[in-house]
Amino acid sequence: MAKIKNKIRTIKINADLCNGCRTCEVVCSAGHATPRFSSNNPARARIHVITHRLENIFLPVFAGENTPAQCLGREKYVIDGKEYSECSFCKASCSARGRFIEPDSGLPLRCDMCEGEEQPLCVEWCLNKVLTLEEREEEVEEEVKLGEMEFGLQSLVEKHGLEKLVDTIARMSQKR
Amino acid sequence: MRYAEAGYNLEIDLATGNIEKVETDPKLMELHLGGLGTDVKIHYDRVPPETQAFDPENLLIFSAGLLCGTPTFSANRMLVSTISPQTGLLCYPMAGGFWASELKYAGYDKVIMRNKSPKLVYIYINNDKVEIRDAAHLKGKGALEVQDLIREELNEPDAQVSAIGLAGENRCFGASIEQSKSSASRGGAGAVMGDKNVKAIAVRGTKDIYLADGPEFMKQLKILADWIDHRNHNPLPNKNIMTIHTGVGSPQAMKIVDEKWHTQGFAWGNSRRRRKTFWNDELEKQWTEIQTKALRRFISCFNCPQQCGALITHEDTPRYMAKCFSKLSYMFAAEIDEQGFNWEILEPAFQYGFDSFSTPQVLAMGVELRKDGIFTDEDWEGCPTDIAGTFFWLLDKMARREGRVGDLLADGCYGACRRLGLPEGKYDHNNIKKHEQMCVKLGMMDPLYYLMYATNEKVSITQMEGNWPQEPFREMADREEFVKDWPHLPDDRFKKWFLDWEPRGEFANPFYPTKEISAELVDWMEMLHNIDDALGICCGMGSFCLKPAYHIHNYTKFINAATGLNLDEDGLRKAVNRSRNLHRALQNRRGLRRKDEVPPKDHWKHRFPEYEYELLSYYYNFKGWNMDAIPTRKRLEELDLGYVADDLERRGILKDDPDLVYVPNDNVSREEGSIYLQDGQSDFYIPDDHVSRKEG
Repeated sequence: MAKIKNKIRTIKINADLCNGCRTCEVVCSAGHATPRFSSNNPARARIHVITHRLENIFLPVFAGENTPAQCLGREKYVIDGKEYSECSFCKASCSARGRFIEPDSGLPLRCDMCEGEEQPLCVEWCLNKVLTLEEREEEVEEEVKLGEMEFGLQSLVEKHGLEKLVDTIARMSQKR
Repeated sequence: MRYAEAGYNLEIDLATGNIEKVETDPKLMELHLGGLGTDVKIHYDRVPPETQAFDPENLLIFSAGLLCGTPTFSANRMLVSTISPQTGLLCYPMAGGFWASELKYAGYDKVIMRNKSPKLVYIYINNDKVEIRDAAHLKGKGALEVQDLIREELNEPDAQVSAIGLAGENRCFGASIEQSKSSASRGGAGAVMGDKNVKAIAVRGTKDIYLADGPEFMKQLKILADWIDHRNHNPLPNKNIMTIHTGVGSPQAMKIVDEKWHTQGFAWGNSRRRRKTFWNDELEKQWTEIQTKALRRFISCFNCPQQCGALITHEDTPRYMAKCFSKLSYMFAAEIDEQGFNWEILEPAFQYGFDSFSTPQVLAMGVELRKDGIFTDEDWEGCPTDIAGTFFWLLDKMARREGRVGDLLADGCYGACRRLGLPEGKYDHNNIKKHEQMCVKLGMMDPLYYLMYATNEKVSITQMEGNWPQEPFREMADREEFVKDWPHLPDDRFKKWFLDWEPRGEFANPFYPTKEISAELVDWMEMLHNIDDALGICCGMGSFCLKPAYHIHNYTKFINAATGLNLDEDGLRKAVNRSRNLHRALQNRRGLRRKDEVPPKDHWKHRFPEYEYELLSYYYNFKGWNMDAIPTRKRLEELDLGYVADDLERRGILKDDPDLVYVPNDNVSREEGSIYLQDGQSDFYIPDDHVSRKEG
């Protein structure tokens, strides 16, 4: 299979520069509103600044994959004299803590890096340069993209097995 | 659908526990915008003028400004309005932090509390669920620590909490309401909260705030962000203005270490003496080292790119957050040169929940009363002998209202002196309308500051000044450079006035700016504050700042795109003037008259009694007020406040009296005169070293 170059976007988070203003949450939720910028609500944002002001903890975290269940989450980290729970760094939308969960629908939220934009809104609007966009090129094997029907068939294969699916299709075609 | 505002207020009867979610009239936004504007309307309509601060009928309103919760940078002001126990007038202390926007996200513009709870409670607002919860276990807890305790108890790490400490619980007149790094301090609203038995209000909200024209709003916000970024990278030259005023945001007292201007310009002790040769290289080195060590991180309020506050970790002192002039206020009052003292005493002061402007002055007055034998050995029993120890001891006594000393001082300078039967102004000399002022004592009367001190409703000078430099620039070239890039001014006349303004001679204080120019400048600056206070924008980004982010030519762009209103500049002026005059009428109904609009007698050394009288008369007329500081019927009707004129006339406050009509006096005497002798207060003294900054 042919090799191609992909642009990979990374957001570098310099938490030491964060002053906890949460503008990133405001613009993220406004940018993802429908219609765009028609409303804002930090609870819908795909970024959250975890803050414990007196403990000097200011930690922007982006929404990642959804997790169906709570993990054990027993570890605590002490970094530079500050104590963080394992939860602090976790990107998952997780029912155990109600973070990165759409407040109305209960569906998980996930950062999409503002695909299609020059840069993510949170990066663009952070005047203190806590968030910076880094792009790198990575060589990957060209993936054969599945069509809409193949996606559907794939899920049927996963559910029933390829053999059963083939038999069924064969039977259906005989009936015709 | 409502835009920018939530469209609902929470009405809480603390006596019965009844809680109602009440939809507001959209027309009120058109008439009064929001925040302070709509608060004033509610107080005017609902609180009888005879109601006093600690009466159950006194309302305590926690308000979010019109633009709080929208993406408007720095629109994070929580405004608390109530009848002040100190002044007897409507006060409206404000705090930044995170509470106001969270209230909007919970679906409310205001929390309106009436009556008193029979026991100590806190209020928990979580979207549509609102509870009044027992707070017996939180009694006596610090105003900062209790915020975390409540978050833990609720298992809601994202809740925002506003709370009082011991000072509020014990109804100390200087009690603040603390929120994150911010404090709603002036006027003693914390004492009213304590009187109503409310320890705290916790809010969590996950609802949307809508914008009428989101894309246009964000376009304007981008222009604003570019300006802020530009100003952050290009501070104004500090040749003619003090360094903490060179940027945008609240004065950067946490970042700047050069304190020559404050330490030599402001008055020490009970605002008695200047120390004109205080600052030196050795001190700068020492203070820089202490401050740099104490500041762990610069922090901001909600949705604000500036960093006006700081997390303080000074030696063994428990952690807290600080901002602005609080860095110096206690050491000034105690006349202690060691900056570490201030960092140490701020921690208990914030935990008790005390105003950092008034409280140091009250403590300093306590020390003076002790020196003069008014506080006795018995009163002073147990007090350490050193001044630092004395201040910690007094602060604690006051927060607890313990002993005669604590109980008296808890009523503030004015209240304590009256209870002691002392002549007004002898010890409580730095007051306006019974409220302690910034510890500033200067030489030459300044017409702008005269008008601001005399007339502003906040009774706190920082809420009136800001967009106009405090002093003229010495060199014309600097003035010309300054006016080049000054789009904030209403029109070009203002540039000319600034260019003409000289440090000495005919075009200098006290007679220049002239009464006509002074009126325009003061009215403009006051209007900017009133706009910020209605919108919930931090005055550090608008009205209390040189060349700020927000100004008269761009406010409407944000208001219109956010709310769907179609205001032009004149429409905006009219809306805030409407609220401002309603505010004045409310104060008039409570007894405020010209006789109360008096800057401290010793604020300036050089006074011009007859000219000052004419200056104030002219300004009243400019505002559309009569000579007793009351809006005229004509003015009220212009602002659609005919019902207020009817009310004031019915009460006999507004009279058709020819003696109250302004008659210009352009030949007024410009002779310097004594304010003191006029009042027969010959025992009122001016210390020898009380000299003019300009003389120096």
